[in-house]
Amino acid sequence: MLDALLLFAAATLRITVPYALAAMGGSFSERGGVVCLALEGIMLNSALAYVLGAWFLHDPWLALLCAVLAGVATAALHALITVTFRADQITSGIGLNLLAAGLTRFVLVTVFHSSSNSPRVAGLPDLAVGPLASLPALGPLFATPLVPLTLALVPLSVWVQHRTPFGLRLRATGEQPAASAALGLSVAGVRVSGVLLCGALTGLAGAWLASEQHSFTDGMTSGRGYIAIAAMIVGKWHPAGSAAACLLFGATEAAQIALQGSGFPSALLQALPYAVTMLALAGFIGHARPPKALGRPYDPEEA
Amino acid sequence: MSSPAPAERGPQPEPPRRTAFPLDALSPLVAVLLALVAGGVLIAAVGQSPFEVYGLLVQQALGTGYGVGQTLFKATPLVFAGLSVALAFRAGLFNVGAEGQMYLGGFAAALVGAYVPLPWPLLLPVALLAAALAGALWGAVPGLLKARFGAHEVINTIMLNFIAFSLVAWAGQSLFVRATVRTSEVRSAAWVSRLDVVLPWLKGSPANLTLLLGVVLALALWLLLFRTRKGYEWRVLGLNPTAAEYAGVRTRVAVVQSFALAGAIAGLGGTSFVLGYKHWFEQDFTAGAGFMGIAVALIGRNHPVGVLVAALFFGALAYGGLVVNRFVPADIVNVLRALIILFAISAHALFTRWAKQRAA
Repeated sequence: MLDALLLFAAATLRITVPYALAAMGGSFSERGGVVCLALEGIMLNSALAYVLGAWFLHDPWLALLCAVLAGVATAALHALITVTFRADQITSGIGLNLLAAGLTRFVLVTVFHSSSNSPRVAGLPDLAVGPLASLPALGPLFATPLVPLTLALVPLSVWVQHRTPFGLRLRATGEQPAASAALGLSVAGVRVSGVLLCGALTGLAGAWLASEQHSFTDGMTSGRGYIAIAAMIVGKWHPAGSAAACLLFGATEAAQIALQGSGFPSALLQALPYAVTMLALAGFIGHARPPKALGRPYDPEEA
Repeated sequence: MSSPAPAERGPQPEPPRRTAFPLDALSPLVAVLLALVAGGVLIAAVGQSPFEVYGLLVQQALGTGYGVGQTLFKATPLVFAGLSVALAFRAGLFNVGAEGQMYLGGFAAALVGAYVPLPWPLLLPVALLAAALAGALWGAVPGLLKARFGAHEVINTIMLNFIAFSLVAWAGQSLFVRATVRTSEVRSAAWVSRLDVVLPWLKGSPANLTLLLGVVLALALWLLLFRTRKGYEWRVLGLNPTAAEYAGVRTRVAVVQSFALAGAIAGLGGTSFVLGYKHWFEQDFTAGAGFMGIAVALIGRNHPVGVLVAALFFGALAYGGLVVNRFVPADIVNVLRALIILFAISAHALFTRWAKQRAA
């Protein structure tokens, strides 16, 4: 029984890691007032960048760096379109997701001559975590570098958003950009930083997927970016809340996998995170109130 | 932030003498050109000639009867999805849910066509109606949630897409033909005939009469939007919800109605594949056509006629990708489509800003 529970916990944690990274990333972008539907595309680009890095540079740590850079680069494109050009944020996110889907497969075919998957590459090496590693089921996970990193990033993101001047400015800009500007802040600068941080965190999520799977497969993010957005909303745009919602969604998914073939309509469990998100948005599960200026480009002329 | 009354602003700027050319009208064209240039760089980067690849694409998609038929077939769901997104946009709503609405529409049509024991002249209209109703239901939900709770429709429509996929996957466990991901065949009474029956020139292509339904819908939608009171109210709602409210428009009702109609149109889009081509529902048959509705509406500038033109363009691109695959990965067209979207919104934002600055 205990074994089964530990296995379930391990499966949940494994599924939760990329969700949590991307959802926390999303909160940095959206707290600043920029809708980021591009999580899916950022993650996909980063996963491919990890594999390309590992393949050509023969170093998983450099590959991780490549993934983060690809995430930041994709996010930079989003920032350019939405903050600099002040174009529609929702459409930009959807466009970037389509771009990533097409471009990653284009590169996959060009570089690896396959439209489905890359060759096997090295994953990130295990950390020496001492006695923790001997924990049944969970031990090996704690030795996987991105797991402790993700666990550390939860309080760190909360601290940055809620306890530092940068975080205060970010949140103020997402609520009242005109007030931020009146304080002498650059609304565009603050927003771009939020979007780029989002790219870096979501890039880690992509790296996790590729490193765990030791390869890139076409469309390997399979909707995870959208689950992350859902979790961020259920978590009320708060990093810890988002991570907690990811844990809930991760557990649902682990349960769904565990219940497959048991006669339980587990396919319906798939829909649960989406339904929960809709209920949260409608105000049935506490009120998920988005930042006030979310989605609105800031035009200093109109303020 | 209340803006000061006009009187406090001092003398008003003189209106520009010459009516400035509406630069923004060019943004779809600019976007397509820039995307073709960027795509050309990508084609050259893999060692092929952009001119040859684009030439082949045009020649294959538009130069033969079969190619034109394939282009029309690929354009058909895009017409419906584009009209759906454009209609919602006009009413101030962003319908990211055309994919799920179309998916459920196709599923409903397939079930009715396969299992409802109606004779020939009745089964087809009932199957079409089922598609429209399924789509309308899936469109009404985010409309209701917005009207009743103020919940933003973008996230809700995205969530509903995924819920539609899960629902069908679950229902499919008992409904799909064993060891496949498709439903049983629709009875022939519900089949929509191919276009090559009327136009033999399109020989063998899967283009079918649902395209004509799409064209008729486009004209009907134009009438509704620009020639009826209801359409006018919806457009006012889209341009200025507060003004609509003060003018006595029942905005909540309008939100639900327009969203349901947008869903119904997208739902009907599922019938091209299900009733006109394969004659069954297949998992993932929409393949992103619903999402592409956003691009179609964007390039068609939310006008029914513009949507028809844009759907043809994207249809040609979709088929063209398959034929250039020998030289460059077929995904070049997916890259082009995404670039067109990104360039179009950027051009729109910049052009309108410049126009404002020039006017000031």
